Amino acid sequence: MDKTLYISSSPHVHEGGTTAKAMRDVIYALLPCVALWIYSFGIIKPSVVMALCIIGCMASEAAWEKVRGLPITIGDGSAAMTGILLALNMPPNSPWWMALLGGVAAIVIGKQVFGGLGYNPFNPALIGRTVLLISFPVQMTTWMMPRTHEITSATPLSDVKIAVGLTGNIPDEIKAQLGSVLFGGFGGQLGVVSGFALIAGGCYLIYRKVITWHIPVSFIGSAFVLSAIFWAVNSSKYPSPVFHLFTGGLMLGAFFMATDWVTTPITPKGMLIFGAGCGILTILIRLFGGYPEGVAFSILLMNSATPIIDRLTMPKKFGLVTQKG
Amino acid sequence: MELKTFKGGLHPPDNKAWSEKKAIEVCPLAEGDELVILLSQHIGAPAEACVKKGDFVKKGQVIATPKGFVSVPIHASTSGEVISVEPRLGTAGTKVPAVVIKADGQDTWDENLSGADPDTLTAQEIKDRIRDAGIVGMGGATFPTHVKLSPPEDKKIDHLILNGVECEPYLTADHRLMLEDPDNIIGGILILKKVLGVEKAIIGIEANKPDAIELMTKACAGRGIEVGALKVQYPQGAEKQLIYALTGREVPSGGLPMDCGCVVQNVGTAAAVNDAVRRGIPLIERIATVSGSAVNEPKNLRIKIGQPLGKLVEFCGGAKGELGKIIQGGPMMGMAAVSLDVPATRGTSGVLLFSEGQVLKEPEGPCVRCGNCVRACPAFILPTEIAFKTKKGMIDEAEKLNAMDCIECGSCTYICPARIPLIQYLRQAKGAIIAKRRKV
Repeated sequence: MDKTLYISSSPHVHEGGTTAKAMRDVIYALLPCVALWIYSFGIIKPSVVMALCIIGCMASEAAWEKVRGLPITIGDGSAAMTGILLALNMPPNSPWWMALLGGVAAIVIGKQVFGGLGYNPFNPALIGRTVLLISFPVQMTTWMMPRTHEITSATPLSDVKIAVGLTGNIPDEIKAQLGSVLFGGFGGQLGVVSGFALIAGGCYLIYRKVITWHIPVSFIGSAFVLSAIFWAVNSSKYPSPVFHLFTGGLMLGAFFMATDWVTTPITPKGMLIFGAGCGILTILIRLFGGYPEGVAFSILLMNSATPIIDRLTMPKKFGLVTQKG
Repeated sequence: MELKTFKGGLHPPDNKAWSEKKAIEVCPLAEGDELVILLSQHIGAPAEACVKKGDFVKKGQVIATPKGFVSVPIHASTSGEVISVEPRLGTAGTKVPAVVIKADGQDTWDENLSGADPDTLTAQEIKDRIRDAGIVGMGGATFPTHVKLSPPEDKKIDHLILNGVECEPYLTADHRLMLEDPDNIIGGILILKKVLGVEKAIIGIEANKPDAIELMTKACAGRGIEVGALKVQYPQGAEKQLIYALTGREVPSGGLPMDCGCVVQNVGTAAAVNDAVRRGIPLIERIATVSGSAVNEPKNLRIKIGQPLGKLVEFCGGAKGELGKIIQGGPMMGMAAVSLDVPATRGTSGVLLFSEGQVLKEPEGPCVRCGNCVRACPAFILPTEIAFKTKKGMIDEAEKLNAMDCIECGSCTYICPARIPLIQYLRQAKGAIIAKRRKV
């Protein structure tokens, strides 16, 4: 034979997916939400925050890899995705240096120090957000009202937290505004303005088989059930489950952060446990914790439990079942 | 009809349309053609040549005798002169012992071969005939059939499972055989039932072959053979998965089908058994699918063992475009061949020609823990975890993670977005574990 042939071990065919394609799918799935968010908060400011978060992530990844003499991996879309998720976790009116710093923190502290893609125990975007929240608590809780762009420190979740803390009851005006919660009519984190854009994006990811239903369903389901129990016991003190699902970062967390491949379990049973843990912790932090919002912390806490969840949910191998017939 | 299946697996595009409607054609053999008959075409000890250069052999004559119980004789696929007994190029690229015959173009049968009525034979006599005919598993694994038919006394066998699944993409050889020669298969099944003393025989066929399901169901009616329609899911035709799908039984981990009362045989093997017992014809031919994007005209062929793959491809109009890879068997579990000069063996269920563009070349990336391999694995193990331990040389850890339960179907590797050759690490782990166990 003149022609050189390829010799390799089976299988000789592949489904076609790559890590980079999956990352691109996540970015596509986030686009409706990103567009809605940029539009709602006045286009220019949020665009700058978004761009600087992405630049912070990609530039720090490239720089780190360059210094360490590693192949530059910014082409895989993973750093860009982290940047988008980080931006959606920040106030749209954040100062430019905070967005940049958040991106650097997410990639360097959250990802590269552990060895890069695949080795980070915690969700990098949430590490970035947490670093900022602890370092700049005022800026990180100075929100903007969508459309009117009025500056406020209030979010529906913080309103409830403060009101319940003061009076033990939820004010009627918040109950009345449930409808605008659904459509992003409240001040809040970037990216949580519309649950529906996020649900649509999540469904796209499930359809594309980038994620499975396990984590979103158990996350949202457990948060719904737990908040419904409290609500049923005392609806004047505890907000309704629908309020919980569509405020704060719950939808963003359930579909895009708690489904991060690297930092969550690989077994289907483990995914269900992970999601349930996130949902329960989120509601407990919101109702009884020091912070009005608990999605980010609950996901980070469950990230740390991922190795043990994987170990405990290792599937029973084929051929251990008692014989039938 | 409710389709039976196993848990796990996946569904690669089957690409069977290229050849499934093509009736089996005989791949011609001309005077002067060389047949390279390898002496190790089965699992177990290689056979030992009993002819020498210059000998004249007839079609069906034994040219190599088995060594030990797990071994089979090898026969001349046509009549002609033995032009050499020497190592020749095998699929993997190493030289392996072979007998080379130059065809005389007469194709004269060995007159000593004769068939018998299986009803007049004892089970042992039938098994002897099966061994003497060199019958091995035709699905591609090529395990000597007489060994599979000889379970120890304490293993009670109550099910004969016939594998007509053909879950490998591209391959349509078993499909065509079922359509074109059902009586030969059924004759073989009846013989196998007699040898094993079982009442129940089930043929498993995937639902992408509705014509074969219909035909076999009709042909089997009233003859004590059932047909089970199976969901199209890879690896439905893997022994343990097939038994589970058809009977609900799980072969115990580390065990064999006989440990849950089953013996599995390929439909092609059943046909070969019928030929061997009733007609005295040894295993010198088989059906193979020639397909793939780089072959001009995909076909199903009746080939002679020892024909170079190049001859098969030539009969299918030759290769087209830029040839990148030759695969013996299916794309999921088949072996890449080093050249078209490699001869066909008893396990050659297909020859696939892939274009340059179809060859997988993506580099291995880091595991991103997506869990695809875990969901696809039909053995319910964690391929990526085992691969990780194996890379680090932690063989004991890999063993604890049930590496030995891997059936090497390749599903994990097929679905891995990071393009990690998981199955290679699994094979490496299994090899190291076996070596370690031998030492102890």
